[in-house]
Amino acid sequence: MTGAIGQAIPRVDGPAKVTGTARYSGEVPLPDLAYAEIVGAGIASGRVTAIGTAAAEQAAGVVAVLTRRSMPKVAAVPLLPSLLGGPAPGETFFPMQDDVVHYAGQPVAIVVADTLEQARHAATLVAVSYAEDPSVTTIGQGRPSAYEPGTLFGGLMPARTERGSAADGLAAADLQVAAGFRFAANHHNALEALTTIATWDGDQLTLHDSCQGIKAVQLTVAALLGLSPSKIRVLTEYVGGAFGSKAMVWPHVTLTALAAQHVRRPVKLALPRGQMFTSCGHREEQEQHIELGATRDGRLTAIRHHKISLTSPFDDWAEPAFGVASQLYGCPNFEGVHRLVRGNTMTPTFTRAPGEAAGVFSLECAMDELAGQLGIDPIELRRRNLTEVDPNTGYPWSSYGLPECLEAGAARIGWDRRDPRPRSERDGNWLIGTGMAAAAYPVAFFMHTQRARAHMYADGTAIVQTAAQEFGTGAPTVMTQVAADGLGIDPGNVRFEFGDTDLPTSGSPVGSNGAMMVSSAVHNAATALRDQLITLAVTDEQSPLHGAGPAQVMVAGGRMTVTGSGPAGRGPAGETYTDLMQRHFMNDAEATGSWDPPPPDTPHGLLTFGAQFARVAVDADLGLVRVRHLAGAFAPGRVLNPVTARSQLMGGMLWGMSQALLEGTRMDTRLGRWANASLGDYLVPVNADAPEVDVDLIEVEDTVTGPLGVKGVGEVGQVGVAAAIANAVHHATGFRPRELPISVEHLLAALPPEQATASAGAARAR
Amino acid sequence: MRPVSYARVSDIDTAIATAREDRDSAFLAGGTTEVDLIRQNVLRPRLLVDINDLPLNRVEETPGGGLRIGALARMSDVAQVPAVRQRFPVISEALLLGASAQLRNMASIGGNLCQRVRCSYFRDAASPCNKRDPGSGCAARQGVNRGHAILGTSDRCIATHPSDVAVALTALDAVVHTRGPAGERAIAIDAFFLLPGDTPEREHPLEHGELITAIEVPAAPVACQSAYLKVRDRESYEFALVSVAAAAQVRDGVIGAVRLALGGVGTKPWRARRAEARLAGQPATREVFAAAAADELAPARPQPLNAFKVELAQRAIVRALTTVTDGGSS
Repeated sequence: MTGAIGQAIPRVDGPAKVTGTARYSGEVPLPDLAYAEIVGAGIASGRVTAIGTAAAEQAAGVVAVLTRRSMPKVAAVPLLPSLLGGPAPGETFFPMQDDVVHYAGQPVAIVVADTLEQARHAATLVAVSYAEDPSVTTIGQGRPSAYEPGTLFGGLMPARTERGSAADGLAAADLQVAAGFRFAANHHNALEALTTIATWDGDQLTLHDSCQGIKAVQLTVAALLGLSPSKIRVLTEYVGGAFGSKAMVWPHVTLTALAAQHVRRPVKLALPRGQMFTSCGHREEQEQHIELGATRDGRLTAIRHHKISLTSPFDDWAEPAFGVASQLYGCPNFEGVHRLVRGNTMTPTFTRAPGEAAGVFSLECAMDELAGQLGIDPIELRRRNLTEVDPNTGYPWSSYGLPECLEAGAARIGWDRRDPRPRSERDGNWLIGTGMAAAAYPVAFFMHTQRARAHMYADGTAIVQTAAQEFGTGAPTVMTQVAADGLGIDPGNVRFEFGDTDLPTSGSPVGSNGAMMVSSAVHNAATALRDQLITLAVTDEQSPLHGAGPAQVMVAGGRMTVTGSGPAGRGPAGETYTDLMQRHFMNDAEATGSWDPPPPDTPHGLLTFGAQFARVAVDADLGLVRVRHLAGAFAPGRVLNPVTARSQLMGGMLWGMSQALLEGTRMDTRLGRWANASLGDYLVPVNADAPEVDVDLIEVEDTVTGPLGVKGVGEVGQVGVAAAIANAVHHATGFRPRELPISVEHLLAALPPEQATASAGAARAR
Repeated sequence: MRPVSYARVSDIDTAIATAREDRDSAFLAGGTTEVDLIRQNVLRPRLLVDINDLPLNRVEETPGGGLRIGALARMSDVAQVPAVRQRFPVISEALLLGASAQLRNMASIGGNLCQRVRCSYFRDAASPCNKRDPGSGCAARQGVNRGHAILGTSDRCIATHPSDVAVALTALDAVVHTRGPAGERAIAIDAFFLLPGDTPEREHPLEHGELITAIEVPAAPVACQSAYLKVRDRESYEFALVSVAAAAQVRDGVIGAVRLALGGVGTKPWRARRAEARLAGQPATREVFAAAAADELAPARPQPLNAFKVELAQRAIVRALTTVTDGGSS
């Protein structure tokens, strides 16, 4: 049956977004709205000794200046990832409770004024005095005190992953590769700043919040304030990008609620761009060291993979680097160890393929090096080590597709025409190289019951509802498709409603699981309503379907039919929902549906697989790397909509290019704060950097990941891209990048000036 | 942002007089940098005098083959003038490699010369910065200084001059015409940009209320063979790590007239006079280019994070000279 699922349906909210009528959290008009501005700590470590508020309080339009003295105490809430569906503060520390400064930018005061401009100006008039202590803000400063935590992610993930014996495997190897890698800290830099509007009506709190999970916001604020969740409603339809920065619920959300309570007015807080670097986490600065052992015919005998990274003074947080890196290849011996350094930063958080983007970079760069040393084609080396089971558990993959992805990507990039020797191709001043990497991203089953509601009117139109908001992925479009197919009606007759905690609960679409978990609930609600109406029809003596088995009834275009049952020449017997409902004097019908994921220890390996290929041009004289072509192939289970899936994957691939070549937040260790906290100084790609991008979607059947067999397409798009680019740089130049972002100075240091290679006319830089 | 008053004027005398009424006034042209810095509390004018209505937006050819560019001509407009494209391609290229299309449509050429530095410590309105807050120190010297200058620095300031087109204009000996309370002046562009020395807060010799009216580019036949090379991390919308404005004439393999200026490396647009002196009359070969480049960078005072610019600038000079001399001779 051909339905709406899988069709390239344009975004249902596209017109609203491009005409500006889609409403984002900062755009909700409220009477008497006041504006808040946070004053962040100017030091990284020490104490606040005094806060002079008089000048700010006297400034025009100022309603209040809040400090720790006027801030109520909040409850302690443990740190757990938002994927679980419970309270999810971004860090266990909550500011403005005492005078201690743990990191630069930590809120120490809040100004509330009648206008945004007044609030911003008055914030500059707040005079904060400090007693400053020495700070630690880089791994280098804290390396002597590095430690191995017991667990990460609030106890959810082990800090150490082991199978077999890496030492034995390395000893048994014919050949070893060892390499160390450094990764700059990254910030998400979503276009829409984190924004909260808080309104109190008695003891009822309404929040409009730019977030990835409205339920997480509701439950976190409730836990911190000691309120019942029933007192808090969060309304968020559209979010302007997140990339992990809005997955956890950061302190400013609750601070805004407390400020609104204090001034007895609705209060809006929109973080200025600079504070986006100190308010919503980041991908931590990290170093990784990897050792591979292999036999001469290219079978891996051992992987030893260690990571050290910087975390906050109060939380053991590292993005877990050894998920995919331990699962991609059927290597009997694996050792992955996370070590942490405590420093004066906020707690790091999920950032674009957390853990995997960096862990797979190290692994896939080392695999490329191993292939070179063995004289085996890099794709062939991967093929020799592929595994049909999750090597950590021995369970079979819920669905696979990696071999097909390798094949499809290789065809797109023209791998068979590749001369494997470095520096084998040139275009004027540009050395050309091609590289590849395997990719995967976890399908995680941490979430709780997902719910949705389907409501049909007698005219055959439906409203389908679930809580989760849209943050740019295309959820309203694909959920409309899923609901339409579940009900057996046209997508044009479905209105999908979302973004309200009063609607049936669905969790935070994080970790690339939104399509899987929300579609499962929507599908189950829609089919529950369909089945309710079918049951009514087959038990109704007046229905042409009377007596049919419910399983034999099909619904399409709002018409229920039983194949082969009709009078000759008149098609199958059947009737429409409208016929049925009108005959029964029903104005509407409704059903809820829910979906519980399999338990986390379900006996399957759970990854979404892909393969990444990159063609780069390197101007070795000037140290420039420009990407000419990215080709990615992915096996995300069932594809709900190829347009939105491709769009997400392409975005992920461009972020991978960005991680490889541009992104890095630089710490000034003397001042203890980020030195490039602006979009002028923190580089992300512009359109001129975007190469030709091919995305191949390879559908694989998955009976484990929900009723529709959907996995996820978000973050796997980023995994492996940086490695493919680094490997392409090596192919172009013979130089192996060891640090991200790959920068001009790395290439200049490694590559001598080109001698008389530039030809006239081709000399000008692109 | 602080409360600010705003006045819009339509003639130059009124502009100057209005600005002189308040010590804390500033002219407002395209505003593409200035408004950002006001919002960020880096610049704190009490009065903005909007000069966009002044009749200063024409680009004229001067007798003899030069240009006179009105101070309010927009970057994108100047870049498209046929005389600029044909006779001074280095100016057009430098303009088009600067900023973004939207900013170029707003930004004026006079404002471009007056734009403030991109040093993040200057722009954060908090760190020690002698340019923003004289005497407070320079956070950049021991800070994150990858983008900072290696030439023309002082103990007080190492901020890089950010303009691209000013580098091209410096190579071409442009003249800045001004009008102020004391009348009209013509300032050679190399004298218009001041080294930081002990007074990094002073970036040019303009008096309060003195207005740039035009930039004159003298005729220069060598400019027909000119190019602007800009090296940066991303492909567009970024300031230069290193840039080179180069013009050269080669006859029978020998370099005749040559102009060379550098961006991204100096505290002001850097006229490479040492290199020019080494090049004139020499064979147009990569070896000669490289020797001249090494000579120019010999006085560089790099910091740990920007030491690569010493090498990068030399390679970029060789590349730019190779380009404008049609590959040089091997």
